[in-house]
Amino acid sequence: MYLRNDDRPQGSRLSLRIAVLGGVAVALFGILFFRLWNLQVLSGDKYLAEAKNNRTRSFKVIAPRGEILGRDGKVLVDSRSALALQVNTAKLPEDPAEERAELARIGSLVHMSLRQVRRKISEEEEVAAGAPVTLRQDVGFDLVAYIEENQQMFPGVAVQRVFVRHYPRGTLAAHVLGSVGEISEEELEEARNADLEPGEMVGKGGVETTYNRYLRGQAGLTKIQVNALGEPTPGGRLIEVPPTPGENLKLTIDPAVQEAGESALAAQGLPGGFITMDVHNGQILGLGSSPSFDPSELITPTQAQVNALYRNESAPLLDRATEGEYPTGSTFKIITALAALENGVITPNSVINDPGQLCLGEECFENAEGAAYGALTLVPALEVSDDVFFYTLGLDMWKTGELQQWAHQLGIGRPTGIDIPVNTDGLLPTRHWRDQLFKEGETERPWSSGDNIQLATGQGDLQTNPLQMAVAYAALGNGGTVVTPHLGLEIEDAAGRVQKEFAPGPRRHLKIDPGTRSVILEGLHDAAQGPGGTSHVVFDSFPIPVAGKTGTAERGVGRADQSWYAVLAPYPDPRIVTVVTIEEGGFGAESAAPAAKTILEAVFRHKLEATAESEGEGETPTE
Amino acid sequence: MMYATRTRNARPEPFAVQVSLGERLGLAHMDWPLAFAAVALVAFSVFTLGQATQHDVPGSPDYYLERQAIYAVLGVLGMFLLTRIDYSRFRELRVGLYTFLCVSVALVFVFGFAARGSRRAFELPFFSFQPSELGKLLLVLALAGFVIDGARRGSPVQRTARYLCLGLAPAVLVFLQPDLGTSMVLVVATLAVMYFGGVPWTHFAVIGGGIVGLIALVLIAAPAAGHPILKGYQEERLTSFLHPHEHEAGAGYQQNQSVVAIGAGQGTGRGDKATQTRLDFVPERSTDFIFAVIGERYGFMGAAFVLSLYALLFWRALRITTLSKNSYGTLVAGGIAVALLFQTFVNVGMNLGIMPITGIPLPLMSYGGSSVIATFLAVGILQSINVQAHLSQKGRFAW
Repeated sequence: MYLRNDDRPQGSRLSLRIAVLGGVAVALFGILFFRLWNLQVLSGDKYLAEAKNNRTRSFKVIAPRGEILGRDGKVLVDSRSALALQVNTAKLPEDPAEERAELARIGSLVHMSLRQVRRKISEEEEVAAGAPVTLRQDVGFDLVAYIEENQQMFPGVAVQRVFVRHYPRGTLAAHVLGSVGEISEEELEEARNADLEPGEMVGKGGVETTYNRYLRGQAGLTKIQVNALGEPTPGGRLIEVPPTPGENLKLTIDPAVQEAGESALAAQGLPGGFITMDVHNGQILGLGSSPSFDPSELITPTQAQVNALYRNESAPLLDRATEGEYPTGSTFKIITALAALENGVITPNSVINDPGQLCLGEECFENAEGAAYGALTLVPALEVSDDVFFYTLGLDMWKTGELQQWAHQLGIGRPTGIDIPVNTDGLLPTRHWRDQLFKEGETERPWSSGDNIQLATGQGDLQTNPLQMAVAYAALGNGGTVVTPHLGLEIEDAAGRVQKEFAPGPRRHLKIDPGTRSVILEGLHDAAQGPGGTSHVVFDSFPIPVAGKTGTAERGVGRADQSWYAVLAPYPDPRIVTVVTIEEGGFGAESAAPAAKTILEAVFRHKLEATAESEGEGETPTE
Repeated sequence: MMYATRTRNARPEPFAVQVSLGERLGLAHMDWPLAFAAVALVAFSVFTLGQATQHDVPGSPDYYLERQAIYAVLGVLGMFLLTRIDYSRFRELRVGLYTFLCVSVALVFVFGFAARGSRRAFELPFFSFQPSELGKLLLVLALAGFVIDGARRGSPVQRTARYLCLGLAPAVLVFLQPDLGTSMVLVVATLAVMYFGGVPWTHFAVIGGGIVGLIALVLIAAPAAGHPILKGYQEERLTSFLHPHEHEAGAGYQQNQSVVAIGAGQGTGRGDKATQTRLDFVPERSTDFIFAVIGERYGFMGAAFVLSLYALLFWRALRITTLSKNSYGTLVAGGIAVALLFQTFVNVGMNLGIMPITGIPLPLMSYGGSSVIATFLAVGILQSINVQAHLSQKGRFAW
């Protein structure tokens, strides 16, 4: 052995160092093996799922929304394809300042602030990360052309074909139909929307809301394989589920009636509402409110349009027929009469003297126009709409609450069950209600006989609307059935086959003596078509016998009276109820009754034409 | 006793025994497990690249496979060549080696071609040569020589400072290319040679503290205090090579994709269904992230097999440090062994998501001629140390 000591590795000191290094190596390899085992064997399933999810990207294919049809099968709302502006977030500039600038540019094109754009993107990212975000549904071709010409200014911006609502009949039945918009956060939290996703289009008001689940259809799904840049790989189309178009909704609305009602209201030029309904089954033939709006403006409203719709004193979005809160004037008297007759307060033959006013100590309630009709029974009292007669009934029933009971049973001041969203149920003033207010210091006096006297003639604190009044009149007309007013008639598939029919049962049955019913109807018939009737001037020449009541509601000092008309037709076995109210329309016979007549003409147009023809035929030989 | 029998020139034995063919070729005393581990790793690399990169270069599905195979053959030839050479000669060539190392690395600044904002390699007609890869081996060979020769000059502190300066000079040059990964390997190799050269533990403690303090100062303390040492664009440059893929889609994202790929491989791998590494989710799949490819394609079985080969490689290298006939061999073997261990751990750790992305290739697995050939040459040096150890025990010298 030639090795020298000094040239040999330094024995035990070196051994220690090598042992330390070996220990470190064992530890390092141990870490790697453990981590490898942990990743692949212990959590492999999780990562495999993540990897599989990673390479596919799903795109929702929007389903065209179902059509809404009139009773006659003609289209009220359908869907047209439009161009939507979308942003592919993966292709936005990476530099935050550039990204910010581009988003601001895009936003200004579609009238959105940078914050709105960002919020929109972050909302959609939560649902489907990586999927393009729709900023605006319906952009014009000029904007599309601008973006395409300046593509380098807008990386990641694309135009996509989508479906938007189309209204071939314009503003017709706007309040009934409602509009369509992206689901809001609040709506998402509602239980009935459990199966909806952010970004989805849902009904906003009207039957679009109620029947959304039929109309929406089922979005399709395209799953494609992508690489890390999100680009589709060749032949990577994995799944394609075509969208299922929404089903069609046929309404009870008769477009001819609807059109007649809307034009009758528009002709008056005043805010108001109307409803025409089948008294037996609650099918609504026409329901409208004036002023109206163009639902197509709600697809992508400009700021000016938003202001015109939402910050407008005449509140065009308010459905005065279902959400109005008005006293009804004398149209309420049938309820007073019903309560008085059914509770034995009077009989059809009871006579009440009308000296022109009813005085309670200092306070006197007078007839309108200072009239005094003398001794009256119920029928003539209804015919001339004598106030003192009903004041007296109101006074007679003020302690018992019988008037409120009947009004409540008939549906005044409570939900009607109509199949469109309604924000308010009105108010039926009761002793309990006013006493409670008084206790809370909200009013200066408790319930008094004067309150009941006011209510007996549809004045005072009463707040109701044409819809509730129509239900009450229908109950009288059909002999006691409180129907459920509704607009949905049936659901049809694309081929027109009926999938489902809507026939909501009655809410309640009231026991109304047939004698009571016929006496009141007689009074109403005389009011409409008797020689001394309040609306005689309007309905005298109407070929169909009707039973109708005017109403003239006082709206306080300085405001013109509100005109009401409620009519059942044909008399004596009515099928149709029509209620019209016109704010500041004056006497009932002045504006509401002519409008109601126009509506009835439309409802009975076939019958009227047939009558006219047969009359014409009869005359032909003589010529 | 330290100075008792100091003789530099060895005397040949008077009566030479007949030399077998194996000994002539230098194969007789090779460490076969070491050779097996190295060749198996590069073979697995060629195999994996052949399967996983068929669509990377349009029109030539075997682009990576062919080239890596050529590098492997060249590397194996280089290994055998070095096996037959007495590594101790490099000790005498230390100054030349060290000069060559520094000059070649410096020349990259002048003649090198830039790839992704970093000048690291010379573009040669047939392939690009990255001097810093070979530089790891050159530094170990030269520095080990300096350590042995300077072992008695100066105080321990002076010696430590000298070694550090010698090792850090090329490391800084490489760092400025910029190539953080390779410069880290050079620093670690320097420390390894010093470690085997007997530098006191206390010195290592001070050096370790200094490194931690420097990192904290540059990256955390100074920017936090509002007086960043680096200007904005410099820091960006720094961080951009600290995370080389940030400008593509974010470093965290890509490392996460690598973890997902490996996890998805599960026990036995996904084969051609390995979508993570086939569909570009995992970046740099032929080089830095090749371990993720193996993990996804061949599962735990494949990945653990590869790790085991590295463990075998390191074990044999460490074993050779103990066998060496002289201190120089011990230092060289130790430096090579630690450099290999460091590169393996940092790269695999990066793939597994437990180490930062630093751009250190996986020895013998990552695609790249400079890296593969340089690693084989390093293994050849280890073989040479082993052969020389056996020959000297037999009382013979290699020719």
